[in-house]
Amino acid sequence: MTAADRIRIRYSLQRATFALDVDLELPMRGVTGLFGPSGAGKTTLLRCIAGLEKAAGHLVVAGDTWQDSSKGTWRSVEDRDVGYVFQEPRLFDHLSVERNIDYGRKRRSATSDIDHIVDLLGLSELLQRRPHELSGGEAQRVAIARALSCSPRFVLMDEPLASLDQARKDEILPYLDRLHTEAELPIIYVSHNLDEVCRLCDHLVVIERGNVIADGSLQSVLVGLESPLLGDKLAGSVIEGTVVTNHADDQLSQLEFSGGNLWIPGVQESPGTPLRLRIRASDVSLCRVEPEATTILNVLPAVVGSIEAGDGASALVRLVLGADEILARITRRSIRELGITKGERVFAQIKSVAVRPSLQ
Amino acid sequence: MSALLQPLLLSIQLAAITTVILLLVATPVAWWLARTASASKPLVQAVVALPIVLPPTVLGFYLLIVLGPAGTLGGWWVEISGSALTFSFPGLVIASCIYSLPFAVQPLVVAFESLGRQKLEAARTLGATRLDAFFSVALPLSLKGYLGAAVLTFAHTLGEFGVVLMVGGNIPGETRVISIAIYDQVESLNYTAAHQTAALLLVFAFIALFAMFLVNRRWERR
Repeated sequence: MTAADRIRIRYSLQRATFALDVDLELPMRGVTGLFGPSGAGKTTLLRCIAGLEKAAGHLVVAGDTWQDSSKGTWRSVEDRDVGYVFQEPRLFDHLSVERNIDYGRKRRSATSDIDHIVDLLGLSELLQRRPHELSGGEAQRVAIARALSCSPRFVLMDEPLASLDQARKDEILPYLDRLHTEAELPIIYVSHNLDEVCRLCDHLVVIERGNVIADGSLQSVLVGLESPLLGDKLAGSVIEGTVVTNHADDQLSQLEFSGGNLWIPGVQESPGTPLRLRIRASDVSLCRVEPEATTILNVLPAVVGSIEAGDGASALVRLVLGADEILARITRRSIRELGITKGERVFAQIKSVAVRPSLQ
Repeated sequence: MSALLQPLLLSIQLAAITTVILLLVATPVAWWLARTASASKPLVQAVVALPIVLPPTVLGFYLLIVLGPAGTLGGWWVEISGSALTFSFPGLVIASCIYSLPFAVQPLVVAFESLGRQKLEAARTLGATRLDAFFSVALPLSLKGYLGAAVLTFAHTLGEFGVVLMVGGNIPGETRVISIAIYDQVESLNYTAAHQTAALLLVFAFIALFAMFLVNRRWERR
């Protein structure tokens, strides 16, 4: 990365309840997830980037120094061209939806294509409404449109779905997918929900107690065995491939990736479409010999990359399939009895996969 | 009739000017009180609330000293205008502003506190300066607080008696406001005039308050 396409962040902040100490370089493209438990300092970091809070350190965005405590450089909130989507919509109740969206655009003399943004977030029917006439999901979509309309360099999203119920989340997620694919705008997305992160993010930073403990591409962080994500019941991996065939009768599709072909639940996408899959570690089991008669459709040859003891009786095995890696959660007893060791050739049985449209 | 109307008009004039000045003065004070974490906040709160607690005579006495030609403010006023502040309309305005200050500040503090920081932060991230965020977001969202502050200040100034008597006296057309006029009429046993004046004030006060609550209800429905 060159200075022009990255955000250089270095902050340290000492508070009564916690300390923040980060040194990061984030890409100025795609969606970067800031993942970690509540109270880890994710929101504080975002607020420091926006200039809503002042921590000692420096912030350089695509070569422009926004903050440098050693030289006293400080660009104030209104002069930092970022879009900020808060956990709550924070709409201005006295203005219509249209004028809410226009608020930042006017002030930043932005040249953004309002019609496109309104269309992207499905707001054309709502423009004349007042904020109190909107549902929670609609209000959050307006808040996203408002942040986008001032043509920011990048967008900060602080758990924009956290205050919504599952139905409202499902309503907004497709819009975030579209945003990811259609608007070439870097997004820094704070979340403590691994499903959201796996669905939306390309790059992942894991923060715990104010420190960065993992940082890299989504795939690599997810399968990094030192990652604390593995303690999570949701531990798993993400692979990307392309649709090969659709079998309407079986309601199945076949997907090709570097490790072979996978049967996945039937998708609408035509052959050639890229897709992102999420495979949970607990849905993957191992065989030393190729199973002959099995109800599991997906059996792929793999090489054991590494083995790490997990919680309780389980262990996590990192498997290498072509250029991709997936995780398997199996018992330590099985590892011992089957004598599975690093570098060995095994067969991975994948019970189910979760599919989402991909972004490339 | 003009003898009857003059004190009322003077009262309204005094109350209107006081209200305008106090809304301007109370805005930064209330803004600071609603948002500060400063250790001096209780001190400022106590000073602002003093006029509620003090008898008008005490307040009037001190104002008489300060506004009098020998006082700091009064002496300075004599130098630049040639006339005394005591027993004059400008003196009454200053006295009223101090007397009614808490009634302007308190509703605004409540309004600004309930507004919180969240929407202002949103405005800032959308490119608004602090001042711009105040005028484009905080002010329109605090209109009910301003309405409450204006009505309370106006009504309280209209009902002012003790301070006016101490500082302003009873000069027709200059400091003879309606409450003084009634007092004067009763003192001189002119009950007919006192009845008329009192009824006039009663009706006016009722109409003003009724109109405010009507507007308030319309805003709530919006």
